[in-house]
Amino acid sequence: MSGPEPSHGRYSLQRESDTLLLSLHDAWALSRGLAPAGPVLEALEAAPPPRRLAFRAEGLATWDSSLVAFVYAVAGEAAARGLQVDTSALPEGARKLLGLAWAVPARPAAPSAEDDSLLARVGGPALATWTTAGDALAFLGETALAFLALLRGRARFRHVDLLHAFEASGVGALGIVALINFLIGAVLAFVGAVQLQQFGATIYVADLVAVGVARELGALMTGIVMSGRTGASFAAVLGTMTVNEEVDALQTMGLRPAEFLVLPRVLSTALMMPALVAYADLLGLLGGAFVAVVGLDLGTLQYLQQTQDALALRHVLIGLVKSVVFGGIVALSGCYYGIRCGRSAAAVGEATTKAVVTGILLVVVADAVFTVLLHAMQL
Amino acid sequence: MGAPAQIEVRDLTMGYGESIVQRDVAFTVGQGEVFVIMGDSGCGKSTLMRHMVGLNAPRAGDVFYDGEGYWAAAEERREALKRRFGVLYQYAALFSSMTLAENVAVPLVEQGGLGQGEALAVARLKLALVGLAGFEGHYPAEISGGMKKRAGLARAMALDPDILYFDEPSAGLDPLSSRRLDDLILELRDSLGTTIVLVTHELPSIFELGDNAVFLDAEKKTMTAKGRPAELKDSPDPKVRAFLTRGRL
Repeated sequence: MSGPEPSHGRYSLQRESDTLLLSLHDAWALSRGLAPAGPVLEALEAAPPPRRLAFRAEGLATWDSSLVAFVYAVAGEAAARGLQVDTSALPEGARKLLGLAWAVPARPAAPSAEDDSLLARVGGPALATWTTAGDALAFLGETALAFLALLRGRARFRHVDLLHAFEASGVGALGIVALINFLIGAVLAFVGAVQLQQFGATIYVADLVAVGVARELGALMTGIVMSGRTGASFAAVLGTMTVNEEVDALQTMGLRPAEFLVLPRVLSTALMMPALVAYADLLGLLGGAFVAVVGLDLGTLQYLQQTQDALALRHVLIGLVKSVVFGGIVALSGCYYGIRCGRSAAAVGEATTKAVVTGILLVVVADAVFTVLLHAMQL
Repeated sequence: MGAPAQIEVRDLTMGYGESIVQRDVAFTVGQGEVFVIMGDSGCGKSTLMRHMVGLNAPRAGDVFYDGEGYWAAAEERREALKRRFGVLYQYAALFSSMTLAENVAVPLVEQGGLGQGEALAVARLKLALVGLAGFEGHYPAEISGGMKKRAGLARAMALDPDILYFDEPSAGLDPLSSRRLDDLILELRDSLGTTIVLVTHELPSIFELGDNAVFLDAEKKTMTAKGRPAELKDSPDPKVRAFLTRGRL
């Protein structure tokens, strides 16, 4: 019986009564790949089955792990078939390594608990959602208690952390909020002008931009930007703290993560959001004005007068009230997934993704609820 | 040091930013030797190892592997030299998104050019060598700290490196796990002739494993002793003596 391709370590098989002799030849090196075990497995299955597998190494030149891995694999197969394995002719180093590998018996792999049925695939995520909802509610409760402690002057957190959080979720976000809202105002003016020009009502672009930005888009776009920026940052920071057992350390010191970590972040984001949205509204109006004056040949004063007439205070206030809610949602989502993060690097990435997706989803859902309620209240 | 020098650290000066961590560090490591880098906390043991494995560039000096300067070499040669050593990091540094077998297979496939099936066969052996047979499909998050360390060792020795670097192998391990890891290190040296460079301040490991050692002093910012660990107990430097006798002078 001949051995496999000579590019790997070479071997040959020979049958002597009930013994299968496996003779190793030439040089065995990892860089040349592993010899396939197929021919040995066939010989083990041959009738009548051998009762002993013996290795010979007279023709063996040099060797490394490729040889030991091959012997380990075929000897394991032979032992599983009840054969006696004789490795005494192998080089001493290889025998020592095999001894080391066999010193601790293999622990049988845990049976897979994966159930692939349709019921399991639908039911599993449904149950997980239910569990997450309960857990999120508990988290909300803990945060509410932390706010209560704050009102009673008993919340324990570092004030410098609060200032840092104010900076991160306020000043730090000015650039991106300005750019996005300026462009949104400009796009709104462009799209509106195309329609309104058909009726000779181009000047009403000012109404469209003013009401659209102040009431809806300023808060909504800022909420979405903050979810991708600040919410993600909260999840990543708190997730890494969880992985490093820093959150555990806080708890053993008697500090509640909801007070020490979550409270400053939620408070700062909810309080900075109205300021950010006021700024966003201004930039949105400027974007609209820029397009109207430069692209639509409307007079600057005329446009500003029209904006002033259209922009009732309630529109601005509605946007600002929404922004507080959106800020709370973004920060709570980021903190929740960060604190409940797993214990690995991959879990931090997963927590960040979930925080951003959930944050954006809840901001849009909240906006829809606001719209329906305000409509019902005729505001 | 009977064996010819396989690694030579020549007049190495290391630092971060403006500060110097250690200067004028010089020693040789022979083939098949277990060499210990020791010193008090913050003296730059791990920094020295990072310079030896190509993670940090020195301010001055070089690390020679069989006479070839690592930091003077071109990028391609450095990559080739890197294949000669494996590193076990302090916290194992296993890739958390991969199973143990996949972790060990990474260097076999990416550096060794093996196919996935071949790499997994070798990975099974390497995991068995460190006592983790049957754990091939487990993720790092599912095993204990000691097992992670052993899996990290299996990955470090995947490509049969000539030299194995260990950064604080006993850190975070119970005495029995620590002892088993020390035994494993000696078995590897005896079976494969691997040169072992050990960064540690664990006295039992230093005395049981170390053929030779250097002591780095955090205050003087240089190497203050080298030689056999047992002989260094009588070093003229009181700090080295105190370190090796746990303060009993």
